[in-house]
Amino acid sequence: MGERDVVQGTLEMLILKTLALEPMHGYGVATRIEQVSQSVFRVNPGSLLPALARMERAGHVKSEWRASENNRRAKYYALTARGRKALSDEATTWNRQVSAIARIMEA
Amino acid sequence: MRLLSNVIDGFRSLFRKGAIEREMDEELRGFVEASTADKLRRGMTSDQAIRAARVEMGSANAVKHHIRSEAWETQVEVFWRDLWYGVRMLLRSPGFTAVAVLTLALGIGANTAIFQLLDAVRLRNLPVMNPGELTLVHLAGLPDTRGNHETDYPALNNPLWEYLRDHQHVFSQVLAWSPTSLGITVGDHERLVQGMWVSGDFFNVLGVRPALGRLFTSSDDRPGCGASGVVVSYKFWQGQLGGNPQAIGSRLTIGRHAVPILGVTPDGFTGPEVGRSFDVAAPICSQSAYWTEGNWLDSSTDWWLTVMGRLKPGASLSMANAGLESLSPAAFEASLRKDYPAENVRDYLHLKLVADPAPGGVSWLRDKYESPLWMLLGLAGFVLLIACANLANLMLARSSARVREFAVRLSLGATQRRLICQLLWESFPLLVLGAASGLLLAGALGKSLIALLGTQGDSLFVDLHPDWRVLGFTATLATFTALLFALIPAFRATRLAPSEAMKTGSPRTGGTHESNRLRRGLVITQVALSLVLVTGAVLFARTFANLLTVDAGFREDNILITSLDLSQLRLPVARRLAVKKEIVDRLHEIPGVEAASEVGIVPLSGTSTTNRVWAEGEDRQSVIDPNFNSTGNGYFNTLGIPVLAGRDFDEHDTPNSPRVAVVNQEFARRLGKGASPVGVRIRREAKPHDPETVFEIVGVVKNSKYKDLREKFVPIVYLAISQEQDPDPFEQIILHSALPLPILTSEIKLAVDGMSPEISVDFQVFKTQIRESLLPERLMAVLSGSLGILAALLTAVGLYGVISFLVTQRTREIGIRMALGAGKRQVLSSILGETLMLTVLGIAVGLPITFGVTRFIASMLFGIKPSDPVALAFAALALCGVGVAAAYIPARRAAAVDPMTALRYE
Repeated sequence: MGERDVVQGTLEMLILKTLALEPMHGYGVATRIEQVSQSVFRVNPGSLLPALARMERAGHVKSEWRASENNRRAKYYALTARGRKALSDEATTWNRQVSAIARIMEA
Repeated sequence: MRLLSNVIDGFRSLFRKGAIEREMDEELRGFVEASTADKLRRGMTSDQAIRAARVEMGSANAVKHHIRSEAWETQVEVFWRDLWYGVRMLLRSPGFTAVAVLTLALGIGANTAIFQLLDAVRLRNLPVMNPGELTLVHLAGLPDTRGNHETDYPALNNPLWEYLRDHQHVFSQVLAWSPTSLGITVGDHERLVQGMWVSGDFFNVLGVRPALGRLFTSSDDRPGCGASGVVVSYKFWQGQLGGNPQAIGSRLTIGRHAVPILGVTPDGFTGPEVGRSFDVAAPICSQSAYWTEGNWLDSSTDWWLTVMGRLKPGASLSMANAGLESLSPAAFEASLRKDYPAENVRDYLHLKLVADPAPGGVSWLRDKYESPLWMLLGLAGFVLLIACANLANLMLARSSARVREFAVRLSLGATQRRLICQLLWESFPLLVLGAASGLLLAGALGKSLIALLGTQGDSLFVDLHPDWRVLGFTATLATFTALLFALIPAFRATRLAPSEAMKTGSPRTGGTHESNRLRRGLVITQVALSLVLVTGAVLFARTFANLLTVDAGFREDNILITSLDLSQLRLPVARRLAVKKEIVDRLHEIPGVEAASEVGIVPLSGTSTTNRVWAEGEDRQSVIDPNFNSTGNGYFNTLGIPVLAGRDFDEHDTPNSPRVAVVNQEFARRLGKGASPVGVRIRREAKPHDPETVFEIVGVVKNSKYKDLREKFVPIVYLAISQEQDPDPFEQIILHSALPLPILTSEIKLAVDGMSPEISVDFQVFKTQIRESLLPERLMAVLSGSLGILAALLTAVGLYGVISFLVTQRTREIGIRMALGAGKRQVLSSILGETLMLTVLGIAVGLPITFGVTRFIASMLFGIKPSDPVALAFAALALCGVGVAAAYIPARRAAAVDPMTALRYE
C-alpha cells in the first residue's frame, strides 16, 4: 500500500488527535501524521494549512508564534477546550462507524 | 461566543490585511524550510530537497487562496468587488444599462402590477381581527327562493337573520350587513353616498375599534329604532366633515331625517367588501325609516342581508356546518312570513344554511375579475420570459468577450463556482435596478388598471399598498429572472476547457458555434412565446369587437336612460300611474325627442326577473321560465324592436282592463302554439304581492338580448306598466333622440322641474352602460394587446441583437462572397432569409404551445374559436413582419460591407 491522502472527512480529526499531545507547528503536524500512520497517509500543506485556518476560526485550535526547535519563528497550534470536546465527539462517531463497517464487511 | 469571536476575527483581519498576509507568507516559508531541512537530514542533496519541498507545497498562491477562503470576510470582500465591478460596468455602458433596466422593469412591472391586484382582491385577508375565523353563511346549493335578491352577494332575509342571531350556538359571534345608497344633503344639494346597513354587533364581531366616538352595540339595533344614529368611515369624516372632532354628536341629513353621528371607524377599515368602501353605516333596524318604500324588516321575500359567522376557537368548519344543518328547519319555520307565495312554502321550509370560509370578505370584483387576472398574470409571465431571453442574449454577448479572461483564470486555479458567482454578483446591480423600477412601474400600472375597471356610477375602492406578498412576489420573480438571464450565460462562458477557450478566435468576434446555437435558440424561444401572446391578443381583441358589433336586437345609439325619483312627492298609489304617464308625455313633447317610453328593466343592465309561466289549460308541469320586463307603450318603437305580430301596448291597457302581455319570438317558440301565439292566454305563478295571474298575448316582437351580450336569445315576456296594480314612486324612461347630450338633459330637467322641483333626475347613456357591461372583455383586450405588443417589441430587439451579432461575426465571410461576385441584394436577402428562417422555426415551435394555452381561454372568448386559423395566421404574419423589420438594419449594414476592408480586418 502506497502513500495516499487521508480518508475523506477525517483530516480535522487527525489534526485534533495529533495536537492533543502537544502544541505543534504545521510541518510538525504533517510529519507526525505521516510517521504515526507509518507513511500510509500523507498530508500536504495545500490541505493542512487551510484546515488549520478553518479550525482556528471555529475555535477548535488556537495559534501562537514561538521559536521552533531550530530557533526559527514558527506558528504553533494548540488544542482549545472546545477542540478537545470536538475530538472526543468525532472519535466516538468514528469508532462507531468503523465497527459498523467492520461488521458489514465480515458479514 | 464563538460566532462573536469569529466576527471579531473577521473584522480584525479585514483591517490588518497586510499583517495577515505577511504571517501567511512566513508560515508557508517556515513549512518549506522545515520540510527541506528534514529532507536534507534524510540524505537528499540541497537542490533535490528544495525542489521536493516546493513540489509538496505546490503553488503558494493557491494555498494562500485556500486559507483565505476559509474566512467569511474574504467572501464579503470578493462579493463587494464583484458588485462594484457590476456597477462600474453599468456606468460604463449606459446604453446597455438603459435597455436592460427598461426590459427588466417592463417584465417585472407588468407581472407585479397584475399580481398586486390579485393580491388585493383575492389573496389578502380582511384587515380585521382573526379574519381566518370568518365564514359566510348562505343558502345551500342553488336555492329555489322567491322574492327579490337585493345584493350581489349571497343573502338572507331579515327574519332569518334575526332567528340565527338569537338562537345559534354554532358560531362565537355572527354579523350581518347590506350595501345601500343613501341620499345625504350637504348645504342645499343632495348627493348619494355609499351606505351600509349593519347589525348591532357588526363592528364588535370584526374587532373594529372606533377612531372617534363610539360604534354600534347590539342595543342600537332593536326593532323600531327608526333613524337613530349613524357611524361614518374615516375617509368620509376626513373628506366630508373636515376631520373635525366636533362632528361627533352633530347631525347628518339623510333623506328627511337629521341623525346624530355616533362615531368614526378607524383609518384602513373599509368594510367587509373588497372593491367597495362605505361612507355611512346605519343599523339594520333603521332600514324602514330611511326608505319611504318597502319595509324589508318583516319580509321573507327580500333577500338583502349578507351574514357572516365567526368560528368558535378550535371549532372546525364541518362542526359549524353540522350545527347549521340541525338549526335550519326551525330557522326557516320561524322566519316564514305571510308574503311568501303559498305554493312555494314547502320549498322554503326545506332550505338549508351552510357556511363557507370567507377570510377575504366578499367581492363581486373578485368574482368577475379573478380568472381574467390569473390569465393575464400567465401572459405577463410569458412576457417576462421573453425579456429574460433578451437579457440572456445581452449577457452572453458580454461574457463571450471575456471567455479568454475566464480561461486564463480557470487555468490559474480559480474554480468554476467562483467565476459563476462573480458573474451572478456582477448582474446583481442590474437586477436590483430593474426590480426597483419594476415595482415603481407596477404602482402606476396598478392604479391605471383600477381606473380601467371603474364605471360611471360605481367608484371602485381597492387598497393597493404593496404588502409582504407583493414584495415577495417581486423578489422571487427577480431571482428567477436572474437565474435565467445570468446563470445560463455564466455557465456557458465558464464551461469551456481552458485550452479550448484560449484557442478560440479573437475576443472581438468571440463566441463559438455552440454559443451561436444558444443565441439562435433563445430567439426562437422568443418568437414562439410571442406567437402565444400575439395570438391571445388577437383572440381577445376579436372577442371584444364581436361583442361590440353583435346584433343585440335593439337600437344602441342615441338612447338616453332617465331615472326619476318621485318619492318626495308622496303621491298616493292611485295617482302614481297618471303622474308617471304625464312625465313621459312631457318628455316626448321635447322637440328632437323621437320616442320615449317607460321601462322596468333596461336591457343589459344586469338586472333580471324570472317567473314561471304556462299556457292556460295546460299541464302546470310544462312550464317555461321566461324573463320578465315591464314596459310602457312605445318601448319597442323607442328601441327599434320590430313588432312581428299583433300590437304594442296602448292606452286601452289600464289597471282595470284584462291583463295583456307581449312576448318575444323565443318565448313563442317555447310555448309551441305556432309562430304567432297572439290571443293565447298564459298563466304566471303567484308573486309575493301578486296572486297567480292570467295574461293574454297581444303581440310578438323580435328577439333581443336581456341580461348580457354573450347570452343566446332567451324567452322574454313584456307586461304593460300601465296595468301595474301597485306602482312604486320610481320611474325609468328611455328616450330616442339625436339631440346633443347636454341639450337633451337640460331640456329634460326643465320639463321635469316644470312638473315638480322635488323630483330628482339621473341620466345614463345606454351605449355607455352597454360598454361598461363589457369591461372584463375590454380589460382582456387592452391588456393582452399591450402584452402582445410588448412581446413583439422585445422579440424584435432580440432578433436585432442576434442578427447584428451574426453579421459582425461574418463580416469576413461576407467580404469574401462579395469579392467573388455576390451582389448587395444577395447579401441582403441571405441575411433576411436567415432571419425569416429563425422566425418561422419559432412559429413552428410556438404553434403547439399556442394551441395548448388558448384552450384555457376558450370560455372567455365570444364568436371566435381558440384555434381560429385567421387569428393564428395573422399573428404569424405579424411576427414575420416584425422579424424582417428588426433584421433590416443589420442586413443593410452587411450589404454595405466593403470587401477590401473586410478582408484586411483580422
